[in-house]
Amino acid sequence: MVTPMATEKSPPRILAAADLDLLIQALRSAGYRVVGPVLADQAIVYDEIAGADDLPQGWTDEQEKGFYRLRRRHDPAYFGYAVGPHSWKKYLHPPRRQVWRAHQSNGNLEIELPAEDSQATAFLGVRSCELHAIAIQDRVFLTGRYPNGSYQNRRQKVFTVSVNCTSAAATCFCQSMNTGPAVDLDCDLEMTEIVNAGEHYFLVRSGSDSGEAILKQLPLLPATADQTEGEAAAIDNAVQQMKNGPRSFDSSDLQSLLYRNYDSPAWDQVADRCLSCANCTMACPTCFCTTVEDTTDLSGQHAERWERWDSCFTGDFSHVHGGAIRPGTRSRYRQWLTHKLATWIDQFGSSGCVGCGRCIAWCPVGIDLTEEVKRIRELEQS
Amino acid sequence: MTEVGMVETSGIEASTAIEPPPKLAVWKFTSCDGCQLSLLDCEDELLALAQKVDIAYFMEATSRQVAGPYDLSLVEGSITTPDEAERIQQVRRQSRTLVTIGACASAGGIQALRNFADVEEFTRLVYAHPEYISTLSTSTPISAHVPVDFELQGCPINKRQLLEVISAFLHRRQPQIPAHSVCIDCKLQGNVCVMVAHGTPCLGPVTHAGCGALCPGYHRGCYGCYGPKENANTAPLSHWWQTELGADRADLIAGFRNMNAAAPVFLRESLAVENGAATKANPVPEKSAPGPGQNPDAPLGKPGP
Repeated sequence: MVTPMATEKSPPRILAAADLDLLIQALRSAGYRVVGPVLADQAIVYDEIAGADDLPQGWTDEQEKGFYRLRRRHDPAYFGYAVGPHSWKKYLHPPRRQVWRAHQSNGNLEIELPAEDSQATAFLGVRSCELHAIAIQDRVFLTGRYPNGSYQNRRQKVFTVSVNCTSAAATCFCQSMNTGPAVDLDCDLEMTEIVNAGEHYFLVRSGSDSGEAILKQLPLLPATADQTEGEAAAIDNAVQQMKNGPRSFDSSDLQSLLYRNYDSPAWDQVADRCLSCANCTMACPTCFCTTVEDTTDLSGQHAERWERWDSCFTGDFSHVHGGAIRPGTRSRYRQWLTHKLATWIDQFGSSGCVGCGRCIAWCPVGIDLTEEVKRIRELEQS
Repeated sequence: MTEVGMVETSGIEASTAIEPPPKLAVWKFTSCDGCQLSLLDCEDELLALAQKVDIAYFMEATSRQVAGPYDLSLVEGSITTPDEAERIQQVRRQSRTLVTIGACASAGGIQALRNFADVEEFTRLVYAHPEYISTLSTSTPISAHVPVDFELQGCPINKRQLLEVISAFLHRRQPQIPAHSVCIDCKLQGNVCVMVAHGTPCLGPVTHAGCGALCPGYHRGCYGCYGPKENANTAPLSHWWQTELGADRADLIAGFRNMNAAAPVFLRESLAVENGAATKANPVPEKSAPGPGQNPDAPLGKPGP
């Protein structure tokens, strides 16, 4: 297991909520495209923002299995939601990417690579589970014998502003996966939003020189002991919500549990309900699988290779000569869950699940990973 | 773009230059012509296509007819008359590669609604002289009559996908027509799921991609125009529509009994819903009861009398 080892962050300082826009403008002035939460199509998604006015202030998300609704908050919180349908993966590991293209003319074949000129980007509002998800994809793409240069190019230009969670959605279970709700990984800036009794401010810490350089431009006050204690209590609120919630479970033995249960009847039961539509894998912030599509135009003079997100829930994913290795939903779901929670640990040194709950909320028929784990355990004991 | 390699390919070009262009034929059976129009709708690419293939038979575009055999036949429409059942055999005999285009040719089309009713009753009601009407009791896909090399699903087909299939044929490569769900295309585009976030019933999770997730992109549920995806599991979706989204059985039957009503997966589901099977807690019926004159596990329809 990889133990999270975060660089020591600066002592907390106070940024008034009214000055949040100054942070965004400082990032923009430093040359970053700032992406963060925005309201779109009745959800909180990630998109480019120009200022604090673009943030989903006063909104939250209610989530359950197969269910997501925007709700009005009773306070003006900017980050008063959990996580939405998008993850930062869409920026670091884009859904479609041209790998190369080729032209044939006068008897010569010219192969061209697209220029890797990704823009420096600041992620505003990265949750602890999402930092863990990015760290997991870093291990997938940047370690081992074949680091992915395209990912690396985008990744090294990212500035992360994380936000501690002070409340959890019903679908959240980072507490069970040891990935949150308090930020425990490296980031450039870490913030905690406090809204109570007419007060509205952020506790901010820097975790890098570039983070500190941004903070130097902002009107900050030192945090008092009361404010720091209030922050800890606010984060503990999210911990307690998850501990007392329906999705709290012991994740310490998942690997051996799944390795013992390749033939559990639970796989047949979930296959009856699973649509193999792949929404869980698309919404998952760590699922990284892609396929490549080679195409030509009519003339045959131009060819292109594109990489695009793929899913272990499709037949094409495991198709080899003679057919798909995993022809049915039983084997596809088992592959996904067993990889995510068990074989991932052997392969990359950590679980592939960060407990963000996206696979639960965005499953169109409400299949719940935590319930499936519970079912496997119960059926083994019965 | 950076140039990374140069390979001599003059030998390849020389060998392709002397071959006559492949002969393309486009055939119409029972259909609305919309899929053929998708080919004509390829305005920018039509000249390029005409340079690469000999458009030998395409009555919607030109009255010029070149005799077979044809290298590539695109077949639109379903089989609904004894004459068509005979003619598709002739088309197959003249075609090296046969590709069906659209929901009619691939699944029987909207006209397969006749499969759920009495077609003689229809003719009595509609025509003054039904005795002149020679029609089959079912509308069936081309694959129920002759071997098909590739089925391009959709009502209507997507012209980009059609060009992809033709390009793949011309250059002897696999067509990039993923058989996955509409959901994957929604997620690739960043669409917010209309079912989860809006409570809108959507057929996307069981429907074959290809349209570019058009309706969910405009906040509408998927209508299933492209027919069943690979490994579609319809029963739990029906169950969720009914128990969580407030849809009733009539909504579901209308959803599955549409342009792809006779596609086996959708056919089984609409019959199961009609018979009440999908309301059970464990919503996968072992085998749905056959409807009037239907055996959903048998190949749909046979050439008529």
